[in-house]
Amino acid sequence: MTSVLDPTAEQSPSSRARLVRPDQLEGLTVGLLDISKPRGDVFLNRLDELLTGRGITVKRYMKPTVAKPAPLPLRQQMVGEVNLVIEGLAD
Amino acid sequence: MTTPEVTLPADGLIAVVKRDCPTCELTAPVLAQLLAKGGVTVYTQDDPSFPESVPGRIDDTSLNVSHTLGIEIVPTLIRRAGGQEAARTYGWDRGEWERVSGVKGLGEALPPIRPGCGALNLEPGAAEDLRIRFGQTGLTARSVDFGEDEDEIEAIYERGWTDGLPVVPPTPRRVMRMLAGTTRDPKEQLGLCPPNLAPLTVEKVAINAVMAGCKPEYLPVVLAAVEAVLDPAFTMHGVLATTMFVSPVLIVNGPIRRQISMNSRGNALGQGNRANATIGRAVQLIIRNVGGGRPQEVDRATLGNPGKYTYCFAEDEEGSSWEPLSTDFGVARGVSAVTVFAGFGLQGIVDQKSRTPESLARSMAESLKAIHSVKLAPACDAMMVVCPEHERTFRQAGWSKARLLEELYRLCEIPGEDLVVGAKGIDEGYGPSVLGKTRNKFRPGGLFIVRAGGGAGMFSGIIGGWSAGGFAGSLPVTREVKS
Repeated sequence: MTSVLDPTAEQSPSSRARLVRPDQLEGLTVGLLDISKPRGDVFLNRLDELLTGRGITVKRYMKPTVAKPAPLPLRQQMVGEVNLVIEGLAD
Repeated sequence: MTTPEVTLPADGLIAVVKRDCPTCELTAPVLAQLLAKGGVTVYTQDDPSFPESVPGRIDDTSLNVSHTLGIEIVPTLIRRAGGQEAARTYGWDRGEWERVSGVKGLGEALPPIRPGCGALNLEPGAAEDLRIRFGQTGLTARSVDFGEDEDEIEAIYERGWTDGLPVVPPTPRRVMRMLAGTTRDPKEQLGLCPPNLAPLTVEKVAINAVMAGCKPEYLPVVLAAVEAVLDPAFTMHGVLATTMFVSPVLIVNGPIRRQISMNSRGNALGQGNRANATIGRAVQLIIRNVGGGRPQEVDRATLGNPGKYTYCFAEDEEGSSWEPLSTDFGVARGVSAVTVFAGFGLQGIVDQKSRTPESLARSMAESLKAIHSVKLAPACDAMMVVCPEHERTFRQAGWSKARLLEELYRLCEIPGEDLVVGAKGIDEGYGPSVLGKTRNKFRPGGLFIVRAGGGAGMFSGIIGGWSAGGFAGSLPVTREVKS
């Protein structure tokens, strides 16, 4: 019998249920996160118009660079200020 | 596995010998003498019939007793008292044997001193097997047992632990041998390995280095490369997750290159050199297996590049008139170091006619300006691999590396008229705000030069980078190689 040593991190993924989606946006604050990809602002500006036009409060955020995860202070700021976040993932 | 039980005499003399040792043969009459004068327990490592002069000798071909006693040289003579070791000597030294045994007049017919021989329990392979048998490996990784009829190469494929090519099965024996290549503790944590940010230990690096085909003496280079990759400035998560072509490119400087016979000359970026091939592969396997970075999962590369199997080479410092790449990152010449650069493929520069540095620099700049797109500036960082016949032109004209870089930056300043959307009939490009201005192909400090390659061929190469180069993306990182 051959025994080998596990080359992986020996971790098993944990599953977390997604948050329940809100039935409606009225009365909620929506964060729009620009991840700094080119033309992401085109998409988010249009969403901003549509949401604001429906009387929904919108707050805008931007990652300093597309190459790295959002800094912790930015994530904490969004958690404290909005009910949900929309981001554009790619150009 | 049950750990062997070893019972030693609580009091008295112990000798450990082997037949394949002339000094042990020499001391056989002395052991008989000690037996007659109060007794000695003799353990034999190789031939249980040796020494014939000691009838009660004990077979230690399992080497369990030798391992327990920590024998390094045979013969070894030990005196025990009250279950503890009281004195020890090894080889043949009459005075020492008399001191340890308390018996005078030993081996008077023998020369006074003879050195001993290496003990079998320390031979490569045996030492690792004994530590495994006694549960003293110090390894903490989970052991995965394959069935009798299972092909281990196939079993490893099925677990998804390979890059698509077969790997060397990381048995405990091989991993322990690999760890002998460093003085670092197997449990030492090197950091969190992207993309899953899993803790990465020296032991996990060693396991993957075995799989990649590394020799133990390569391990310090792999460890330095991994430390560089884990530096947040390198942004390994982004380098992996991007749709672009990049992956870590490893460039090795300093004396370690020659110590482990790396290739920095002909075909330096190609196949055929074990160190070049396996060090780069080990880093890739670590990202895959420990970090969980797999193609079409977190690795979103559109095309990738063949260097994602392995991409590692050494700089030809001896053949170069320029300072090594590592010195650009603050590591002194003569110190072994690894630089990791987020790069892709290789774009050849062919210029067989330029005989002046000015012409050759212009030629190189035109090739550099084509990286990613002729319409994008700045595009990315780039590593230019200059080959000997091109360097000769600069050397003869007295151009330093800094001078060449300065010239290349100047030549890579591009008019906005060439970059605006629609210029050259290409829609890629920038808005009209670039008109009347210039943009440089590279951010300041985003162009690097390294020397490698064979003696024939008026060529050089460009390793392009990630569009998110520099402080907003990935910076090259250099780490010294430590033993």
